[in-house]
Amino acid sequence: MRVLTAIIAIAVGVLVLLGYFFPALPYVQDIQALLLNWAMLMIAAAAIVGVLNLVFVHADKIRRREKGNLYSAILIIFLFGTFLLGLILPPGHEIMRLILNGVIFPVEAALMGILTITLLYAAVRLLRRRADFTTIVFLVTAALVLFGSATLPFGENIPVFSGLATWIREVLAAGGARGILIGVSLGTLLTGLRVLFGIDRPYGGN
Amino acid sequence: MIELGILGVSAFLLLIITVWKRRSPSVVRELPALVRLYRAIGLSVEDGTRLHISLGHGGLLNARGGSALAGLAALRLISERTSVSDQPPVASAGDPTLGLLTQDTLQAGYQAAGVEELYVPTSGRVTGFGPFGFAAGAMPITSNENISANILLGHFGAEVGLLTEASERENVTVIGASDDLAGQSILFASSQDSLIGEELFASGAYIGAGPSHMASLTVQDVLRWVIVLVLFAGAFLKFAGMI
Repeated sequence: MRVLTAIIAIAVGVLVLLGYFFPALPYVQDIQALLLNWAMLMIAAAAIVGVLNLVFVHADKIRRREKGNLYSAILIIFLFGTFLLGLILPPGHEIMRLILNGVIFPVEAALMGILTITLLYAAVRLLRRRADFTTIVFLVTAALVLFGSATLPFGENIPVFSGLATWIREVLAAGGARGILIGVSLGTLLTGLRVLFGIDRPYGGN
Repeated sequence: MIELGILGVSAFLLLIITVWKRRSPSVVRELPALVRLYRAIGLSVEDGTRLHISLGHGGLLNARGGSALAGLAALRLISERTSVSDQPPVASAGDPTLGLLTQDTLQAGYQAAGVEELYVPTSGRVTGFGPFGFAAGAMPITSNENISANILLGHFGAEVGLLTEASERENVTVIGASDDLAGQSILFASSQDSLIGEELFASGAYIGAGPSHMASLTVQDVLRWVIVLVLFAGAFLKFAGMI
């Protein structure tokens, strides 16, 4: 079974790659489109499995009376409530929009607000945890960019910091970011090749 | 054709160097975060605590798939080494397809350790959909499930700050790596030792995933030097007015 799954995975990977590199070959693009459509269908099916997994995990927490099980109960009640409303009401109905605009967006905005304070606190703690040259450069750069981006009460940026922040963003940060992204791309390429060769099998094989 | 050439050369080098590394294993330079990861795996078995491995919310059908696959490779090894512990690991993901693969990979680790009967399907979890939904669902795992280390390997954006903050409150070690620049900078600021850039893809090699992972690191180094030389050559040719 493990060999069969590996053969299927490698064959599908090779066929999709052929579609990208040799689109002129007969049938190759049709096969690629078919396989990608199947992948889309599987992702939709996986979303249902994912929701079921979420329900099972939280139902288990309620059954075992684990810490925080009240939140699990609230999650399950609202999940099924929203699901039922989604089935009964037409798309774009006012109640569905209210759930989205009145609950989901504000909660995400609140989490973003908490994150801002969390990051500020993390920056303060960073010097205590790891007081080395890299940390100092990191914090000084962050402070310079913040001062450069902040506006004065009468509506203008701080003159010197503004130009410095732009230079840091467009020269130093952009260069560094490209370097990091090249490294990430190379890592992604090699990881993909290991999966394509069946060396790594994230689909369950040993 | 350039893309096909890069792919072909990388594949050829990967195969050749994997064979070479099988015959003569090499030593890798020390990365404090990955040394800490190696220790955390051993400690969790000894002191009966649990590891939480989170693979982020990157899907598999886009450019973020690479980081998710690297996280899965590490998860496979961690689950194999810690499955016999009193408190087996728990894994979380914020994408349904990744969640499915997380469960499958955990089960494969248990199989490899010869204790498949101990596998609990709910130890691989989809904690939520979208960045903040995922983070909000994964945060309580740290406080409620006797976690000794949070291992974050995958695609994380700014929301990773919420996970590191939850870990800090519970005095739990964080070992984190992301392919996202915002996520990397937040992990740098809020974890003990952070992994930057392609170091995310080195985790397998450091926890003993085998010669192919070591070979991947060598091929990445070779390709990086080729890119550096091409960049210098391009700059020189531009300076000389030839392009």
